[in-house]
Amino acid sequence: MKTWVYIDHFQGQELPASWEAVGVGKKFGLVTAIVFGSGVEPLAKKAFEYGADEVLLADDPALADFRPEAFASTLSSLVSSGTPDLILFPTTARGRDLAAMTAIDLNSGVIVDAVALDLEDGKVVATRPVFGGKLLAKMACSASPQIITLRGRAFPKPEHQPGRSGTLTKVPAKAEALTRVEGYAATEGGVSLTDAGIIVSGGRGVSNNPALTPPAGLDEKQAEIWRAQQGFKLIGELAAVLGGAMGASRAAVDAGYVPYAHQVGQTGKIVSPDLYIACGISGAIQHLAGMRSSKTIVAINKDAEAPIFQVARYGVVGDLFQIVPALTEAFKKRLGK
Amino acid sequence: MKIIVFVKQVPDSAAKVTAENGQAAWGEAPMVINPWDEYAVEAALQQKEAHGGTVTAISIGSENAKEALKHALAMGADDAILVSDPALKNLDTQAIARLLAAIVQKVGGVDMAFFGRQAIDGDSGLTPTQTARILGWPALTLAASIKVEGSTVTVERSFEEGRQIVSANLPAVFSLVKDFGEPRYPSFMGIRKASRAEIPTWTLADLGIAAPTPVVSWPTLINPPSREVKCEFITGASAQEIAEKLADKLIAEKVL
Repeated sequence: MKTWVYIDHFQGQELPASWEAVGVGKKFGLVTAIVFGSGVEPLAKKAFEYGADEVLLADDPALADFRPEAFASTLSSLVSSGTPDLILFPTTARGRDLAAMTAIDLNSGVIVDAVALDLEDGKVVATRPVFGGKLLAKMACSASPQIITLRGRAFPKPEHQPGRSGTLTKVPAKAEALTRVEGYAATEGGVSLTDAGIIVSGGRGVSNNPALTPPAGLDEKQAEIWRAQQGFKLIGELAAVLGGAMGASRAAVDAGYVPYAHQVGQTGKIVSPDLYIACGISGAIQHLAGMRSSKTIVAINKDAEAPIFQVARYGVVGDLFQIVPALTEAFKKRLGK
Repeated sequence: MKIIVFVKQVPDSAAKVTAENGQAAWGEAPMVINPWDEYAVEAALQQKEAHGGTVTAISIGSENAKEALKHALAMGADDAILVSDPALKNLDTQAIARLLAAIVQKVGGVDMAFFGRQAIDGDSGLTPTQTARILGWPALTLAASIKVEGSTVTVERSFEEGRQIVSANLPAVFSLVKDFGEPRYPSFMGIRKASRAEIPTWTLADLGIAAPTPVVSWPTLINPPSREVKCEFITGASAQEIAEKLADKLIAEKVL
C-alpha cells in the first residue's frame, strides 16, 4: 500500500502528530511525506529522519502562509499523477481543511480523527470517536484514495533516526487564491491541549476557596472570578512544574474563569494525555467524554461521590486549595526543580 | 445581505449516549439545536443587524429537525426551510456537502453561509469546508471574529498556534468557534413567532438533484471500552502527606 502523509506545520515548526502519521503509514508500506510551504526544506529532511521514504516538496513563496485552497489544489494535482492508496493527515485545523477539500477534488470521502487503523481485505478500517467520545464508530471508505485524519497522541511517535535520507522530489505549487492572509494574532497562553502529555484541569470548584478575601469594591460576580483566578493560578503552577498544559471544565469556562482555549470536553478539546489531574471537577458526562482516554487520571475533589472518581486511578477527597500547592511542592522536590 | 445559516438537531451534550444493536441511543434525553450552530445563528443575526438583509435557517433531516429551525427562528431568523427526502440516508460529509451546495444554489444570491464548527454527534467538522470547495467560495472556517466592509470580509481563524487573520471577497462560507461570543437567548416574542411559523419542506425534486452518493460507511457504533479502574483513594494526616504519597505513586508508576 502506498501512503502519503501531509506534514502539518506552522512557519516551519511541525505539529508532532505529523510524525505519528508517518509511523502509521510505515506499517502499511512505503510512505511519501508531503511538505508544502516556503523555506521548508529542513522539514523534508526531518521527514526522512522520522521514516518517510520519499518527500514531495512544494517550496514556494506563494505557500508561505497556509491557505486551504492553494494547498488543496497543489495536493490534488499531485494525486492524479501519483495515485496513493491512502492519504493521512494529522487532525489539526489545517489538516481537517485540507482533507476536506482534497476529498471533494478527488471524489473521495474523509474519515476524521481516527484513533486506530486496521487493514481488512486491503482496505483500511478506521476507528474513531463520535458523540464527543461517548461512542466509537468503525468506518470504511469505498472510494480511492482513502483519506483519513489521525488524532494526535493516539499513535506512537516513530523513532528519530538522524542522518536517514530518501528521495526528495520538488513539485510545483498551485497558488490559487481565494483568501489573503493579513497577519497573525496570538491567543492566550499558547495552549496546546491536544499535544500535551500532562494536563492539570480545574472546574467550578476552583472558585470556592473560603480562605480568600477578595479586594474591596468588587461585586459578587467579579469577586467570584477573582477567587477563581487565584485558584487557577495554583492549577497553572502545578501544570508548569510538570511541564504540562492547563485545562478547564466547561462550567469553569462558561463562568468566565479562563478562556475557551482551555476547555476539555465534548464542546471543547478531546484530549488523551499520559496524566490528567482533575481539580474541583465533578465529572459531568460531557467532560468525561473529552478526557476518558487519558492514560492515568487523578481526581481531587471534596465530594467523595463525584462521578470523576469513577474514571480515576487515584483519588483525593479533600480541599484542592491545600492539596494542589502541596502537590506542586512535592513534585518540585522530586523532579529537582 | 442574503444570509443563510445551517442548523442540525442533535442529542443534548448532557445526554448519556450508548450503542444499542450498533446504533446510538440516548433514551429520553432531549434533542436540541447543535450547540455550535447557536454561534452560527448569532453570527448571522449580527451581520443582518449591521448590514441589513435576511437570515434564513436551513436544516436537513426528518420532521423533528424543525425544532432546531424553530430555535433559530426564536433567536431572530426571518424564515426557515427544512430539506427532507426519504432518499437521503446514511449520507457522509461529502454527500451532505453536495446537497448543501445544491441548496445554496437553489436559494440563490446568497452572500454569507454560516455553520457551527461541527455537529456534536458526528464530530466531523468537514461539511463547511467541503460545501465551500464545491461552490468555489472561500472557506472561512473556525472564525472567532467576522468583519464585513463592502464586499470584503475579514475573519480571525482559530488555529493551534493562534489566530490567522484572513480577508476574502463575498460570497463565502463561515464556521464559528465559541470565542465568537455567546449566542443570544430566544426572546419571548421570538418563541411566539417560531411556534406559529410555517416551515416549508424542500425535497430532492425541488432541488432538481438525485440523492448524492455516500462513500464512507459506518455500519455499527460501539461503546468505548470501559475504564477498568478501581480508584485508589490517597489519605493522610495532612495535605502535605497526601501530596507526597501521590507524587511517589505517580513517579513509581513512571507516569511522569
